[in-house]
Amino acid sequence: MAYFIQVLIDAVALGSLYALVALAIGLVFGVMKLINFAQADYLTVGAYSLVIPTAAATPSMMFGGLPWALMIFCVVLSVTVLALITERVAFRPLRNTDPTTLLISSFAVSYFLQSLIIMFHGGRPKSVSIGAALTRPIDIFGLRVGGVQFLTMTVALLLLIVLVLFLKRTSIGIQLRAAAEDFSMARLLGVAANRVIAIAFAISGILGGVISLLFVIQTGTLDIRMGIMPTVYAFFATVIGGIGSLPGAVLGGYIVGILSVFLQAYLPEEMRPFRDAGVFTIVILILLVRPQGLIVTSAAKERV
Amino acid sequence: MLEVKQMVAGYGRLTALKGVDITVKEGEVVFVVGPNGAGKSTLLKTISGLMTPTAGEIRFQGDRIDGRGPETLCRRGLALIPEGRHIFKTLTVQENLQVGAMIRKDSADVRSDMEMVLDTFPILRERFKGVAGYLSGGEQQQLAIARSILQRPALLMIDEPSLGLAPLVIDQVYDSLRKLNETGLTLLIVEQSTGRVMELASRIYVLRNGKVVLEGDREELTDTSALDAAYFGFSSDAA
Repeated sequence: MAYFIQVLIDAVALGSLYALVALAIGLVFGVMKLINFAQADYLTVGAYSLVIPTAAATPSMMFGGLPWALMIFCVVLSVTVLALITERVAFRPLRNTDPTTLLISSFAVSYFLQSLIIMFHGGRPKSVSIGAALTRPIDIFGLRVGGVQFLTMTVALLLLIVLVLFLKRTSIGIQLRAAAEDFSMARLLGVAANRVIAIAFAISGILGGVISLLFVIQTGTLDIRMGIMPTVYAFFATVIGGIGSLPGAVLGGYIVGILSVFLQAYLPEEMRPFRDAGVFTIVILILLVRPQGLIVTSAAKERV
Repeated sequence: MLEVKQMVAGYGRLTALKGVDITVKEGEVVFVVGPNGAGKSTLLKTISGLMTPTAGEIRFQGDRIDGRGPETLCRRGLALIPEGRHIFKTLTVQENLQVGAMIRKDSADVRSDMEMVLDTFPILRERFKGVAGYLSGGEQQQLAIARSILQRPALLMIDEPSLGLAPLVIDQVYDSLRKLNETGLTLLIVEQSTGRVMELASRIYVLRNGKVVLEGDREELTDTSALDAAYFGFSSDAA
């Protein structure tokens, strides 16, 4: 039973993380019909901003050396600014082209950012230690829970709640949801296109920054491809949730995260290396039964 | 109020409108009718700023507006309810109406206008907190109209308000449109069928293959055979 609860906490932690990335992807898709593959690299850049650009395997700290509140602020700010710059330079000028062009542009941005990191930091993985105190297990009602898992779960759930409140309760949040569902209609009612798109990118940057920190605390390593797996999982989450649907993205995130942790915990030992294959098999099964995703919206349709 | 002159618009190499002239005067209800593919929806999309005309000009209250985006034009007093109503299905009725009133700064007035539309469409008050996607077709059309009224437009354009609605529901919709016009709102309505047009129209344009083939005041078109002839593309003599 105790083992099950620990697995459950892991599952909710990972599910919340995927839900956050999926929400970032879903918001940008909603307002722009862009599947932003560069989301992965926002995450990576955020992680690398912790250290000073050198080729060393154990580099000295840049933002990582600051007091934690300032560190979080600086990392999140850099990633947000980066997301806004990519929107301005690589996506906004292409807004009226077809989705394929936007998609290709997002690949270009992604590889550009990866190359940039290689140029300044070298291509080899690095080790970095922040939040070492957090990795100690903590006791909750007699249960020993990994400190990082607990932190991830708390932060991700809090962010999710804040984001949902923002989307539901504020005027800008309601505009953003309206625009994500039906961009043309929102513009007809006066929702400023450039502004909501910028806000969607800013949110994806903020989430990218926070998630990158959580990942570094968890793994202690920096790698130019570190953002890819979580982002790929989040793409699957948005697709099985019903692309364009924000509640669907959250639901999909939890499904993928929980599946992944439970397969890891309960598959027979010799099958665990195939965990990802298991998750993707289930994703394919879900899509075979509901190709349109679990929650369908009209946002999935082409815009005028 | 609205003047469209020799407007040409289309999608890529397909020209949907080939030099269209349309005039709407303050307080009028102007109908544009025509068969499928005549260019009716393109006309409204272009006026509202969703599409940019390739030639010609559009004037609204005296100023050139072609080439301006919809978010600018709605602040100038233009509102469009596109074909298929396009309510925000995942938002609540209340949130839909809030987005409609978003461009206005006068919050006290917005509140009294909100009460007014909820009195006009009582079903929306009943479903105020509910998700709009669960409304019936007629209720969604009422929500779309209510949402646009909260913009307090000078000119409301509607693309096929009767599309997919039962005759009884169409009666209600037309009834509310008539009442709105009586309060001074100018209407430009596109319909595919000529059936209901006569009861509300001040003036009618018939659009076919991207051109205006007939226009006239209601009084001039009481002989519906001319209207039908233009609509179906016979010469009037043969009809």
